[in-house]
Amino acid sequence: MADKAKKKKKDRNRSVDPAVLEILERTKDSGIETAYDRYLKMQPQCNYGEQGICCHICIQGPCRITRRADKGICGATAYTIVARNLVRHELGGCTAHADHGIHSTLLAREVVEGTVTDYKITDTKKLHALAERMDVSIEGKEDKEILKELVEIAIEDFNRLDGKDMYWLPKVIVPERTKKFQDCNILPSSIHRTIADAMAQTHVGMDADPVNLVFKSLEVSLADYAGEHIATSFSDVLFGTPEPVVSEANMGVLDEDYVNIAVHGHNPILSEMVVQAAREMKDEAQEAGAKGIKCAGICCTGNELLMRQGVPILTNYASQELAIMTGAVDAMVVDIQCIMPGIQPVAECYHTRIITTSPSVKIPGSYHLDFDESRAMEKAREVVEIAISAYKERNKEVVIPQVKHKVVAGFSTEALLDIFAAVNPDRPISVLTDAILSGELRGVCLLCGCNNLKRIHDENHIVIAQELAKNDVLLVSTGCAAQAYAKSGMLNWDAVEEYAGEGLKAFLSRLNEANKDKLVEKLPLVFHMGSCVDNSRAYDLMTYMAEELQMDTPKVPYAASAPEAMSEKAIAIGSWLVTLGLPTHVGVVPPIPGSQLVDGIALQIAHDVYGGYFIWETDPHKSAEKILEALDERTWKLKMHQKAKETYETETISATW
Amino acid sequence: MADTGVLRREWEESFEEIFDGVIDEANPPTPLFQKAYDGAIIATSYAEILLNQAIRRYGPEHPVSYPDTGYFMPVITAYSGEQVTKLGELVPILNRLRNQIREELNFLNARLCGEATAYAAEIIEVLRYIDGENPHVAPWTGFLGDPIVRRYGILLVDWTIPGQAVLVGKAKSSEALGKIVTDLQSKGFMIFMSYEVIDQAIEAGCRLGIDFITFPTGNFTQVIHAVNYALRAGLAFGGITPGAREEQRDYQRRRVRAFVLHFGERDEVQVAAHFAAIFMGFPVLVDHELPEDEQIENWYISHPDYDTMVQVAMEVRGIKLKIVDIPVPFMVAPAFEGEAIRRRDMYLEFGGGRTSSFELVRMVSEDEIEDGKIEVIGPDIDEIEEGSAISAGLDIKIYGRKMQVDFEAVLERRIHDFINYGEGLWHTAQRDIAWYRVSKDCVAGGFKFRHYGDLLIAKFKDEFPAIVDRVQVKIYTDPEKVEENLKIAREVYAERDARLAGLTDESVEEFYSCKLCQSFAPNHVCIVTPERLGLCGAVSWLDGKASYEIDPNGPCEPVKKEGLIDEAKGIWESINEYVYLNSNRTIEECSMYSFIDRPMTSCGCFEAIMGIVPEVNGVMVTTREHGGMTPCGMSFSTLAGSVGGGVQTPGFMGHGRTFILSKKFISADGGLGRLVWLPKELKDWLGDDLNKSAEAQGLGENFADKIADETIGETAEEIMPFLEEKGHPALTMDPLM
Repeated sequence: MADKAKKKKKDRNRSVDPAVLEILERTKDSGIETAYDRYLKMQPQCNYGEQGICCHICIQGPCRITRRADKGICGATAYTIVARNLVRHELGGCTAHADHGIHSTLLAREVVEGTVTDYKITDTKKLHALAERMDVSIEGKEDKEILKELVEIAIEDFNRLDGKDMYWLPKVIVPERTKKFQDCNILPSSIHRTIADAMAQTHVGMDADPVNLVFKSLEVSLADYAGEHIATSFSDVLFGTPEPVVSEANMGVLDEDYVNIAVHGHNPILSEMVVQAAREMKDEAQEAGAKGIKCAGICCTGNELLMRQGVPILTNYASQELAIMTGAVDAMVVDIQCIMPGIQPVAECYHTRIITTSPSVKIPGSYHLDFDESRAMEKAREVVEIAISAYKERNKEVVIPQVKHKVVAGFSTEALLDIFAAVNPDRPISVLTDAILSGELRGVCLLCGCNNLKRIHDENHIVIAQELAKNDVLLVSTGCAAQAYAKSGMLNWDAVEEYAGEGLKAFLSRLNEANKDKLVEKLPLVFHMGSCVDNSRAYDLMTYMAEELQMDTPKVPYAASAPEAMSEKAIAIGSWLVTLGLPTHVGVVPPIPGSQLVDGIALQIAHDVYGGYFIWETDPHKSAEKILEALDERTWKLKMHQKAKETYETETISATW
Repeated sequence: MADTGVLRREWEESFEEIFDGVIDEANPPTPLFQKAYDGAIIATSYAEILLNQAIRRYGPEHPVSYPDTGYFMPVITAYSGEQVTKLGELVPILNRLRNQIREELNFLNARLCGEATAYAAEIIEVLRYIDGENPHVAPWTGFLGDPIVRRYGILLVDWTIPGQAVLVGKAKSSEALGKIVTDLQSKGFMIFMSYEVIDQAIEAGCRLGIDFITFPTGNFTQVIHAVNYALRAGLAFGGITPGAREEQRDYQRRRVRAFVLHFGERDEVQVAAHFAAIFMGFPVLVDHELPEDEQIENWYISHPDYDTMVQVAMEVRGIKLKIVDIPVPFMVAPAFEGEAIRRRDMYLEFGGGRTSSFELVRMVSEDEIEDGKIEVIGPDIDEIEEGSAISAGLDIKIYGRKMQVDFEAVLERRIHDFINYGEGLWHTAQRDIAWYRVSKDCVAGGFKFRHYGDLLIAKFKDEFPAIVDRVQVKIYTDPEKVEENLKIAREVYAERDARLAGLTDESVEEFYSCKLCQSFAPNHVCIVTPERLGLCGAVSWLDGKASYEIDPNGPCEPVKKEGLIDEAKGIWESINEYVYLNSNRTIEECSMYSFIDRPMTSCGCFEAIMGIVPEVNGVMVTTREHGGMTPCGMSFSTLAGSVGGGVQTPGFMGHGRTFILSKKFISADGGLGRLVWLPKELKDWLGDDLNKSAEAQGLGENFADKIADETIGETAEEIMPFLEEKGHPALTMDPLM
């Protein structure tokens, strides 16, 4: 018993973040329950659910596939159940991003119509560039007129019912991809139509064909991508396209002497205002006895604010409750997505106020402020006021782990191209592709996704990145993955010195040298590209690389990894990465292997049809090896195809992948 | 077709017997069957999505076809006989095949899954050509057109090419894969590749492409092009009726000696495709350990040892090779026949009109020859600077108890093939314009001039054992000696030409038959006369005679000219009787000199085909090299599809390219003066000989200029003004019909 108890105790410390470990250790006997405790209580988790072969789509069920019962009561086989569950999961992700995208679009419309006063067109350069990409003429038009046309395109792409192809997506991917999607009938007509159709298709007694279901899931994933791209684009227009910025990360960014506001969720619309309000309300805070107000971010709201405002990162998804347990967070204001309901009970043990703001995100016991863009600043000030009044009620010892690291972030695709342009102003992206073709870099890897306590918190993120960096892979990152790097000191030059291989170091040094007049800090080991909707930025980079190399994306040495994937959004993102041509590693096996057929499609046959494919691997070292193999395979094939072109004197390189 | 019960009963009674008792019913390989089932679902569902999407976008009436084929979608044509030309026609076919994918897991159902997967793959692939563009660049081939099937298909089914190896997946290393490819090539195999084995072969520096009978088809369902190639060989040369699924599979099993080598991981669709091969009677070898329940004895075999993989595959498929061990430091195989040596890869060349060269085969008596002796007179290759063009000549003496002077030319012409079989050696033309090249790689590998001798001695003895007993070779590289012997060679050529000029249809007592193609075209008989070579272009009257000497029971035998019926058309009673008896009593009469009245039949491997163009009262000729349209309204592929297979088609006839120069060229129908259209390539190839023949037939000078080609037009209407302007004789000749 003693051994078991000891093991269990040890298992509770499922993190490699020293700040997290310190809090877990300090609070082990406090009785305050967090995800780390609940994870242990939940073991063992349902095997049928994990395999994806539990079906509860109708209330005749739940049905599960066993050796004895190889079909559900309706006759659905493992492949139907797994594929159908997959569509439903992706719908969860797609609707989340669609919700985010439509929110940004409607705010942009309000800016055009003048019904909001706290928001404006901030980045006209981005507006014009976006218009050009969308083939919207800007000749002789006011900025608002241009934005109006773009908003109309987006709204039509959300709502179209005429069955025509959606407009936005083909404008931001290479034409070979569009043709592939048209041939395979997975190019969405509109985001909401795809969502509705897919939902209907997975009702009981509808589609039983695993390939048809998987293809629908891919259509859903493309709708997800479109939603993300729209969200990022309008956020940039309204709040500015990120540029390199220096900040810091981890719990040490909290300051006992300040009013601390944690901003958490995914959307910059409210949080931008909170940051502004906090800056304006320093006096009120000082009246309450504090030195001032500090904001710090959790999850993608944190990323949005870091990228544009340099707001420090507090922590990421898995440890959101632990931030409260410092006793220093006066208010945690949340918008949408990845808000653990568990924060409220933890907050109840402290003076911390949880403030929900979205009509779709409410938690019993918390404060709820119904956020309204037309009264944005007013609402933001209310948040800050609640935080200040809570500050006065601090009732427990404040213990802030003294862990924080310097962070260099703000690398939008535009910012990266700008940095490359210092080396080659005519064809900036060729700086990257040439480095890959010459062998200096082995490729690019997007590290993205969540935390998942099935793995040790942040361990997969960090080990995989270090291994890839050592092997000269250029790393870009978003979401909670990027926060893992921020918190562990991997978003700065010191990390380059410590972890980068010779090729990567040489490449980054060259960029530093060319940009030395422009950059205040040297470039980091991992390029933080933003929140999880900003995976669209990471894929824009892929599109530009493919255009430069004049080939379809499945030939480009660019991989992706979600080392600790958790949310349905991650499933949707993983699926579009594959559909859009990337080998995509997932560090937590999703509920698919219950059907060998669907698993076979995901791991192998997807490559034949779309060029991308999944890699399931939970061990971080093996994961890195497999990602490197995937990149090397592409580079090798590219070389062989180049050799073939020379040997057989063909005009073009083979289009096969 | 809907009643699968009937189908199953038929199968169980015949071809399917080869699978009887293979499965241990107590321990069936269920996991393997499950993979095949899953793969068939994936393939057919994917095909359905693509097909119905194409119909949504283009409409059901939209045409669908592979390029350069007269066999529509060959998998479908061969197995169920539908001649698909429109998208909409594919829907019921795919539905029928979807319907034969059954949940019950057993060997029969796994093969049916395989068949369904083959149909699905054919549909998936043909849709890639819907825009009319070739989706591949060399060396990737994608679909192989009929010209390539014709070029090698016969060699495949008559076993000159010992078999068809289909390589799929990714091997343990490029080097290991390269060894296997080279081994297969040196054994003369036809090779199809799919997936990363292609990239590995590129890395290993293997010679790929149509000229090397090594076809990197592409990835995924592109492996189906190995299948639709094999099936077209059955349709074209086996004369198997489209849709005769049973007969077709039997033919494939007996004549197309194919096997599959799978490298690396397998996915579900690949396993289903493996069962498409098994369905045709072809075994599958996998390069890694498989559990017991994923193997089928003699059909689905785990064989991780690369060194013996090819050997085991051949044993399982029952392929035995005639081993000829030639002591030369380079590989010798038909696979290298098409290899080109470009100037930058060349170490040395001679002949070709730029420097002096000759090659001469002479019959000598027993005491004038020392068997196996090879002399190099002059500097050897390592004494000659890289990049040189030298003078050189090959003098070959042959003694044989049954050798005849007439065979000298027959043997001499084979030098071209034998030299080209050598990897790194290249040869073209003959006699004193012969042109030789040796590659840098070959010299680096240790090539010396004497190896020409080793190669020729071995090949002459191997291929002509009945007439060649001793061979001696002298290779001249000393310029003076070359000139000296060139003179002698020219005297021999002149004597030979004088003798051959007297060799006419009238001057001989007998013609020769050739039934070489009956192994695959059972009703076809060629009659080869001194003035009409075999329609494949490879068998002259002298070849027929030599062949008969070598093996009286072989493909050629003398046919007496007796009982003349029609002198102008060239009809003899004795020949009619021979043809009737040897065409399985299908062709009763046959004329030698008319293509309108009872013309000779065609096996399918003709070099060229002629067709009537009634609008201009003439005849056109097209070749298998020419992919374009012709004035008779059909391309070569379409013409070949309707004329081949051993049937008489008045107005259309297959023939050899040089037959055009013969004075017996459709002499009963007006002769060369009828010729109104040729592909430009053939016109250039015939060169001035065409004008000479025309002059000899009283057609005046520069007759070639009166003949239209594709640059003038591709329809009768388009060429008519040209023919009128040039005053083409056909326009004023008696009506053809």
